[in-house]
Amino acid sequence: MTFGKTARTAGRAIQAIGLSLALFAAPALATAAAPAAPTAEKADAAAATATDAAAAAPVTAVAAPAPAGPAIDPNDPKFKVAPGKYVPMKPTEGKGMPTPGGIMFQDQYSDSGKQALQMHQAILLPVIFAISLLVLFLLLYVIARFNRRANPVPSKTAHNTLLEVLWTGIPILILVGISVPSVALINKQFQPAPEKALTVKATGNQWYWTYKYPDNGDIEVISNMLPHDKALAAGEPSQLAADYRMVVPAGEPIRMQVIGADVIHSFAVPSLWFKIDAVPGKINEKTLTINEPGVYYGQCSELCGARHGYMPIAIEALPRDEFNRWVLEQGGKIDGAPEAPAAADAAAPAAKPAA
Amino acid sequence: MATTADQFQAHADDAHHDHDHKPAFFARWFMSTNHKDIGTLYLIFAIFAGVIGGGISGIMRLELAHPGIQYLGTVASLLGEPNANFDSQLHLWNVLITAHGLIMVFFLVMPAIIGGFGNWFVPLMIGAPDMAFPRMNNISFWLTVAGFISLMLSAVVPGDATGNGAGIGWTAYAPLSTSGSKGPATDFAIFSLHLAGAASIMGAINFITTIFNMRAPGMTLHRMPLFVWSVLVTAFLLLLALPVLAAAITMLITDRNFGTTFYDAKGGGDPVLYQHLFWFFGHPEVYIMILPAFGIISQIVSTFSKKPVFGYLGMAYAMVAIGVVGFVVWAHHMYTTGMSVNTKLYFTLATMVIAVPTGIKIFSWIATMWGGSLEFRSPLVWALGFIFLFTVGGVTGVVLANGGIDDNLHDTYYVVAHFHYVLSLGAVTGLFAGFYYWFPKMSGRWHSEALSYLHFAVFFVGVNMIFFPQHFLGMQGMPRRYPDYAPAYEYWNTLSSWGYAVTLVSVGLFFLNIIYAFTMGKKAEGNYWGEGATTLEWTLSSPPPFHQFETLPVIDDKDHH
Repeated sequence: MTFGKTARTAGRAIQAIGLSLALFAAPALATAAAPAAPTAEKADAAAATATDAAAAAPVTAVAAPAPAGPAIDPNDPKFKVAPGKYVPMKPTEGKGMPTPGGIMFQDQYSDSGKQALQMHQAILLPVIFAISLLVLFLLLYVIARFNRRANPVPSKTAHNTLLEVLWTGIPILILVGISVPSVALINKQFQPAPEKALTVKATGNQWYWTYKYPDNGDIEVISNMLPHDKALAAGEPSQLAADYRMVVPAGEPIRMQVIGADVIHSFAVPSLWFKIDAVPGKINEKTLTINEPGVYYGQCSELCGARHGYMPIAIEALPRDEFNRWVLEQGGKIDGAPEAPAAADAAAPAAKPAA
Repeated sequence: MATTADQFQAHADDAHHDHDHKPAFFARWFMSTNHKDIGTLYLIFAIFAGVIGGGISGIMRLELAHPGIQYLGTVASLLGEPNANFDSQLHLWNVLITAHGLIMVFFLVMPAIIGGFGNWFVPLMIGAPDMAFPRMNNISFWLTVAGFISLMLSAVVPGDATGNGAGIGWTAYAPLSTSGSKGPATDFAIFSLHLAGAASIMGAINFITTIFNMRAPGMTLHRMPLFVWSVLVTAFLLLLALPVLAAAITMLITDRNFGTTFYDAKGGGDPVLYQHLFWFFGHPEVYIMILPAFGIISQIVSTFSKKPVFGYLGMAYAMVAIGVVGFVVWAHHMYTTGMSVNTKLYFTLATMVIAVPTGIKIFSWIATMWGGSLEFRSPLVWALGFIFLFTVGGVTGVVLANGGIDDNLHDTYYVVAHFHYVLSLGAVTGLFAGFYYWFPKMSGRWHSEALSYLHFAVFFVGVNMIFFPQHFLGMQGMPRRYPDYAPAYEYWNTLSSWGYAVTLVSVGLFFLNIIYAFTMGKKAEGNYWGEGATTLEWTLSSPPPFHQFETLPVIDDKDHH
């Protein structure tokens, strides 16, 4: 619940800052602040009554006294299981990985990533280019205009109050302008996942990652880097490919919990604008939403010893039904389904008639 | 010790009839109490350390030129570890990045800019005969040397199971630096910081006392040259920040050796506490490195524009503001540690505030030149380079200040590019500017101006080639402190490594220039820059007498910035 509390105070802080900044960008901030407060309240309220529509279905299903029948609604897309067997997805060139010679951010596949990229491209990049070019232009102008030949007698001007007020005031205004979308972005990144969201716990070890799925019967994935040759043979980028991936459903918020087992690591995926440190003794939680299926690569981003550069993160986002199939193949249960394995077995054939 | 005492005694007696009496070689250079000699020692030491730190970057850029591990094994065998296995080679990489960072920060930039130029020119500029505590000045220098030796020793004792040396990064984050590196190498590296830190604290006390108490009559605080202001602010930052570092790394030592658990969650501690303490020192530290460069640039711009500095008070108090705000922004180095949203918002907004006084400085330098009669001697050319490069490094700082944006860029090469633009291209460019500005004053001999221009041109191209592409690598997601990378990152890494080769040529030109000065250099007059050079050091001969200002100069009422 600390996350909910944090978000609630954040909402208040945003509103307070919003008041003071309202003059500059009332609309942008209003959209940012508005969703924060209700989400936080919802997270608290959800403990008692599930408000999430998708999650509500299994709750009522469990309540209904139906010992023989299916415990879950077979038509609920959340519990659909795709036919066939899980085959690791082939990565798409240039998606979820760096592009050769690339000079910009990787394409973003999460909403907060898109918002951050948009802020960088639309605001920060133009501003820093403009400032650098302004300084460069002024320097060149001064060089051309006020050199010894062009201006043999130097002026003795050493003060100009108006000028000094301007070059203090204008940067302040620019920074206030930057801070508005910046605050909104941080607020979005801190929105907690809904109560019923899937939880995945990533643990950084020297030097590999383990992924635990507490909602899926505690299945565990141990993920090591694929050696160069094997990566190439599998059609994957070397240094980034892992033998077993962290498989997650696409299009729904995931509660990522990250912790370190020995030293500090950092769970980072550039194409999802996601980075959170794996600190021993401290679970860090952050919402991860991947918009579309795909393979997304990342790397450990905190110095953790000799093989720091050799513990990549490979995330495979699948449609819900394919994710469910993967979970069942791992011997787990679909998150939100009743605890008894018999019920899960009963649900599985119901959902995949031609397996 | 009797001979030493005699030396000083005799020396004091002789002073009245022999103005330039110098002690014999050993007493002069190893027991020095003369601020100019100690400044020279600091500069020689910094150049020596810089060659080692820069050589390490050469190994790093060579290894990073192409994907795969090619050279670390060879380097390991050169360092006495033949047939190093793969893990040992990777550990060596971490040792190299750690040593590079520590050397460049603690044993190049700080000794050169504060110990070297600060010692040389603060007393000269305020009209003082020497520093307030000459013997403490001496021990400051030798503790710095001892710290460097301790760091070098760490390279030849075991770090952890995989090899020699401390591979903990210059930040020495726990628990990698505690339970993660059990060998004595890490203790040596940490102790090296203790020594260098103690040296800096004493240096800071010395500067503060000197500046507050030993200004010549009429040299009010608001008439001090901006370089003196910059050293004063820096000294306060050192005095307040370094004890926190000392505490933080002492707790590392006790966690490592005496069973405490300050940074171990198993015993109720917190690894992130170390980061808070470290960056409470670490962020002021970056201003410690850049503020004196600001001061140097102010002197140079004013001299070669033949104008007083524009907005002197604004410039002085902008540095004070940078120093003060610099103490309340530290956690922007820790955006990804899992801080609360309020903390992140605060540090985002506070960090951006620093851009305001920094902007005042940039614009004031340009305004100083505006209406001036610019003479493009080599120090001004370097200063112009500094202003532009520092601006580029500064604006990427504004990008990184945004906690939400930093989520992607944190610990990538974008950060590496950013801090090298403000340090390697900022502080070091400022150092070279100051070097060419004051070298004839310090040595009495002229360097070659032609070589200085060439040095600048090659250096400018080289460092931009190294570091500009690293922005691209960082935005593409390449993490820092990696010896190997995905093939997609090869293009810009190769260019970056070629940039190192170009920079290496420029360093060669620098040494060539020093050799030229000492073999063929013309003798320099007292005020060789002419009418624009108005501070007190230009009233003295070049080099200044062994003891200057035995009769204190009196600063008249007219504006003397």
